[in-house]
Parts: sequence; C-alpha cells; structure tokens
Amino acid sequence: MYPSKFDYHRPSSVQEAVQILSDNPDAKVLAGGHSLIPVMKLRLAAPAALVDIGRIDALQGISRSNGSLSIGACVTYNEIANSADVQAAAPLLAEAAGQIGDRQVRYRGTIGGNLSHADPASDLPAAALALDATLHVTGASGSRSVSASDFFVDLMMTALQPDEILTSVEIAAAAAGTGSAYVKFEHPASGYALCGAAAVVTRGAGGSCTGASLCFNGVASTAVSASGVASSLVGSDLSDDAIVSAVSGLSIPDATGDMFASAGYRQELAKSIGIQALLTARDRA
Amino acid sequence: MGISIELEVNGASVSKEVEPRLLLAHLLREELGLTGTKIGCDTSQCGSCTILLDGQAVKSCTVLAVQADGSEITTIEGLANGEYHPVQQAFWDNHGLQCGFCTPGMIISCVDLLSTNPQPSEDEIRHGLEGNLCRCTGYHNIVRAVQDAAETMNG
Repeated sequence: MYPSKFDYHRPSSVQEAVQILSDNPDAKVLAGGHSLIPVMKLRLAAPAALVDIGRIDALQGISRSNGSLSIGACVTYNEIANSADVQAAAPLLAEAAGQIGDRQVRYRGTIGGNLSHADPASDLPAAALALDATLHVTGASGSRSVSASDFFVDLMMTALQPDEILTSVEIAAAAAGTGSAYVKFEHPASGYALCGAAAVVTRGAGGSCTGASLCFNGVASTAVSASGVASSLVGSDLSDDAIVSAVSGLSIPDATGDMFASAGYRQELAKSIGIQALLTARDRA
Repeated sequence: MGISIELEVNGASVSKEVEPRLLLAHLLREELGLTGTKIGCDTSQCGSCTILLDGQAVKSCTVLAVQADGSEITTIEGLANGEYHPVQQAFWDNHGLQCGFCTPGMIISCVDLLSTNPQPSEDEIRHGLEGNLCRCTGYHNIVRAVQDAAETMNG
C-alpha cells in the first residue's frame, strides 16, 4: 500500500518546522510515523505535506533537574522504557511506554507523536494525566505550556493548534513515599488497551494516603481521570478494603463501546484493572 | 518531486532519488532487489518486513525511505558473512521455520533481541518476538532456535 503523494520537508529547527506548518495548512507533522504512516497507507489521511521533525536536535533527549524530568518530543518509547532517569523519577511512564506495541514499534514511536495523536486506546495519555504532566508546545506565535488535563480534547483531538508542535513533556519527579503502576487489559491481536489503568499513590509519614490519581485509557474518547476515586482515597490507610471501596463507586459517564467491547464491559474492566493498578502502586509506595 | 537519499545497505553505499511516499520496504525490494525482506500484513503488525535500521529492528513497511536517509541498514541478505549468522544456523538446526515467509523478519528480530539481551529467558524470547507473527510453527522451534543461538553466541 502506498500513501497518496505529498511534499516532504525536513526542517532542522522547531522555528523552521512551525513556519512550514503555518505556510502549509494541510501539512502534518511526522515524528516516528508509526501512527501517521499506517493511516496514510490506508488513505484515511492524505496530507499535502509532511514535516519530518525527526532530525531536530532540540526535540531529542531526556534531562532531569531541580526535581523535574523533561522528555523531548522525539524521544522513543524504547528510550523512555529503558531510561534510568525516567525509571527513577517517573516509573509509571517507563512502565507504560514498555507496554506499547512491540519491540520494533517501541524503537520508532515517540512520546510527542503518541500524545499529539491522542489515540484513547494508546498507553501514554493516561500516564501523562496521572502524572499531571506539563506539555510544552511551540507555534508560529510563540511557545506555551498546557497541562495534560487540558491537552486531550476529544477523540484524537488535542489542544494543539494547526501550526503548533509539542516540543517536550515535563513531569515532576515522584515524591518520597510514592508508588505507581500501569496495568493494561489489551486486545490480543492489536495490543491496544481495551482498558489501561494508570495509578499513582503517595503515603505520608504516618502511612496514610496523602495523594492519589487513577486514570484510564481505552474507556472513553479521551484518557479520563477518576477524580472521585482519588479524592476518596486521600486520608485513607490504603488497605485492600479502602481501595476496593473507593473503586466500587467508579463511574465513567462517557464510556464508549465498539466492536470489541461494550461501554458496560469497559466500565467493569476499569474497576477491575483500576483496583489491580492501585494495589500494585500501594505496594510500591 | 524526487528527494536524494544516501544509505548504507548491507555494507554498500547506496544513493537514490526517491519519491517521498516510497516506503523503505519497497526501496529494498523493488529498487535494490533485496527481496529477502517480505511484506506481509503491510500494516505494521506481522513483522515480516523487519530490518535493522542503525542496529535496531524496525518494520520497514512503516518507515519512509526518506526517513532512513543517512542510516545503516542490514537486511537478511547482509547477515551471513561467508557462513551463516549464528541465528540463521540455529533456525536451520532447530527447524525454526516451515513456510519461511516470516523467517527473514523473525531472524532479524532475534539478532536485535540477542544484541540487547544475550541470555534471554524463554519468557523474554516470547515477549521479545511479539512483533513477529508466524502462522506455521507455533513458535516452539523458534524459541529453541533463539536459545541455541544465544548459547553459540555466548561461546
């Protein structure tokens, strides 16, 4: 299968890339290409131009400073999963990245491409939400920062403007006493999440829960945060009973069904996997 | 509009002018005649088009030839060096194939797996090969072949 014809641009800086995007309203950004090229081959997308940002140095690399982790948009899943800095400061992200696709896909797919594509069945969006990541974007009119909770607007739709590029993802390093887990129930053929749960819990000095987050991929049109579950866990002793009780009331009002699983089934999966993720996160805290 | 690219394929320099939409798999098979690399599902799932791009196993049906500009590529044709690569030999010895269609991609993935994990457990082998589908063998002899190759390569 061949994609439709397109013009190819390979800018060497972010400024140059956003200028090309601004001059070509029908252009798409190409990073690892593992979401974009398949849809172009299927002719579900036929952009007039591709802007290949894969060689821009400013979008590469992982750095850690002042308690925060910064990951360039073109950093691959494989680099994230195997990075000692990510494993130490944001182990949830490393765990989720290591579960995406397969070995070959993880060598090519990038965090920036993943989050910008905003496929709700992928693994990183819920992790970014649960970690309260800050997404740095640059457009023709300048740079701005968007929180993960404001970034995912709808199915494969983000807060990015047509001339904007996600440049890096910033995550605060996990506080002492924090544990996290990403648990996925995947479709056996595609590997995409029928439901994926990203959990983070923090225990205070006395052992009780001082912070919690539980977010899901694959259940609704975007990654969603179960804020009710999180707030009922704060102050609890994080016992099995406390976790099961907090999740039992989980309701995701905009859960969606498809040919693989109904909305109701996904709701139940979310409860089951949500409990597993929270229990594991607690044991790691 | 043609784009000039330069690659090193199996140790030989290649310069080509390509259409931007040309996929790396098609460049290898149709322009360079390296038909050992197969195109199976053409949707980045089956792994039969797997090649090494700068030493990493990637699915060449999901990479544009222009993205590979400046890279080093190894296909199944480039593995043997006078004699079979230990992974090729192990597939032969352990009957790690039946129809053979998945084999070039499977072997390339195994080479990549063993380069990052020289002594994988059975579970790590099965997990490491999840990006390559084989519809004949049931994978058992493939796993044996990887274990055998690991032993040979670790001397």
